[in-house]
Amino acid sequence: MTATLEIAPPQSPASVAVRLTDVHKSFGHGPQAVTALEGVDLRVGLGEFVCLLGASGCGKTTLLNLVAGLDEPSAGDVVTHTARPAVMFQEAALLPWLTAARNVELPLRLAGVRRDRRRAKASELLELVRLREVGDKRPHELSGGMRQRVALARALASTLGAADEDAPGLLLMDEPFAALDAITRDVLQAELLRIWRATGTAVLFVTHDVREAVRLGQRVVLLSSRPGRVVQEWPVDGLRGAEELAAVEEINARLREVISTHAAA
Amino acid sequence: MPRPDLVNEPGAPTGGGRDPGLAAVEAGLDALDAPAPASQGRRGWRRTLSAALPPLLALVAFVAVWQALWASALWPEYKLPAPLAVWNVVWEAFREGEALGILWTSVHRAVIGFLVAVVVATPFGLLVARVRPVRSAIGPLVTGLQSLPSVAWVPAAVLWFGLNDAAIYFVVLLGAVPSITNGLVAGIEQIPPILPRVGAALGANRWESARHILLPAALPGYLAGLKQGWAFSWRSLMAAELIAVSPQLGLGLGAFLQHGQALSDMTQVIAAILLILLVGIGVELLAFRPVERRVLRARGLVGVL
Repeated sequence: MTATLEIAPPQSPASVAVRLTDVHKSFGHGPQAVTALEGVDLRVGLGEFVCLLGASGCGKTTLLNLVAGLDEPSAGDVVTHTARPAVMFQEAALLPWLTAARNVELPLRLAGVRRDRRRAKASELLELVRLREVGDKRPHELSGGMRQRVALARALASTLGAADEDAPGLLLMDEPFAALDAITRDVLQAELLRIWRATGTAVLFVTHDVREAVRLGQRVVLLSSRPGRVVQEWPVDGLRGAEELAAVEEINARLREVISTHAAA
Repeated sequence: MPRPDLVNEPGAPTGGGRDPGLAAVEAGLDALDAPAPASQGRRGWRRTLSAALPPLLALVAFVAVWQALWASALWPEYKLPAPLAVWNVVWEAFREGEALGILWTSVHRAVIGFLVAVVVATPFGLLVARVRPVRSAIGPLVTGLQSLPSVAWVPAAVLWFGLNDAAIYFVVLLGAVPSITNGLVAGIEQIPPILPRVGAALGANRWESARHILLPAALPGYLAGLKQGWAFSWRSLMAAELIAVSPQLGLGLGAFLQHGQALSDMTQVIAAILLILLVGIGVELLAFRPVERRVLRARGLVGVL
């Protein structure tokens, strides 16, 4: 766990956004069963930015699905102390028949928010991702980076704009920038950091890119593959320059080590 | 909301000391990467003209060939009448008001049959698409029914219901329902699997997911099914009217065609065929095409429509 000592008791909902305790998840039954996660313990503090790192098959997506409530763990506990977690996928997955603004409004609509409140909230969130002017465009009229920002605004709407407005937010991101070109990815990473600071939402960010994880996260958690377990974690908050490079090197070395153990098996 | 660039990440690889700022870079990227807006093309009457001209030319060419074949007198008049003779039959029928009655009889039957088919096929399609046992049980049957010519149902319908409207509607329904059902099922199948997941992640329950995600996402396939369903309604109706002829059934286009055959009147036969075609094309152009075009355009799926 983190090195910092907490004043509040560890179970206190006041400081924890998500806590996973000894979470197991397997798919299928009998001899064909596949264990995706085995005894994962993880804690994300309120407003904390945690990057989950791992090679393919480490159950990153499974873990996010459990936190999002899209799936149930086979054993163990997943406890969230936030508003409904928002999920962002690798694809923007905007609804092609709705305008950008309507896409952002959709989670508010599902939460039963009144129309004028919805409109106001959606344009506020589009403003946050600097896309206010394109609210009435359809997804096919936007670039990949713009679509992904609309998806971010929509995800924020589902965690920050719903009924329990004062509850802290939790944003789950499943390799959201992996499909973008390098320039756009770089800009969106900066954008995400800005929005994270502006909103104070907690972020659980899944990636297989060590540099991205170190740049964005306050903490990097490395998962092993098949089955997924927490191998090690590093505090990387505020690292710059040489320190940042050193952290990337170190985490990369450990990641390679973890991957190479699979060759023997 | 705090607009100023609170992020000029010192670690961000933007290079050099002259960082233009995140907002500016982003605005630049948006301008460069956003797809160019589709050109609107010509508007108004020019567009209508350029769309209508090629089919009109084809029609003129067709009539010209017909006229030439007739003039060459290769076939006797009762086998190949002159275009003008056919036109006169159609014109007469319209002038005497007979044609409108015939068209009304057939078209209102087809429309009612089609609407009933939509009401039946839509929940049925949802059921087949979303409930696995239903799908494995009757999915293949529905597809099979689509390839069964609905004219095959006419004898059964006449024996079951007698020579009346019920028999005709029965045939029309059996023609249209499988098409519409299949269209809806195909439309739902083609939904990218990420969309229902998004719905769940945004907090949609089963009903909301159907209402806000599944049905709109399936709309293009559903529309294609409706279009085909209409075509099948119309054909089935013609088949039924052609075979089941009776004074109680009134004079529809199919019966008009059948009379032409009974009287060995080739001009009336061809006139009837042209009218049947005219209704089919008219409904397609006036009802389905605009709706389909609008739906596809809104999704950026502008084809060659």
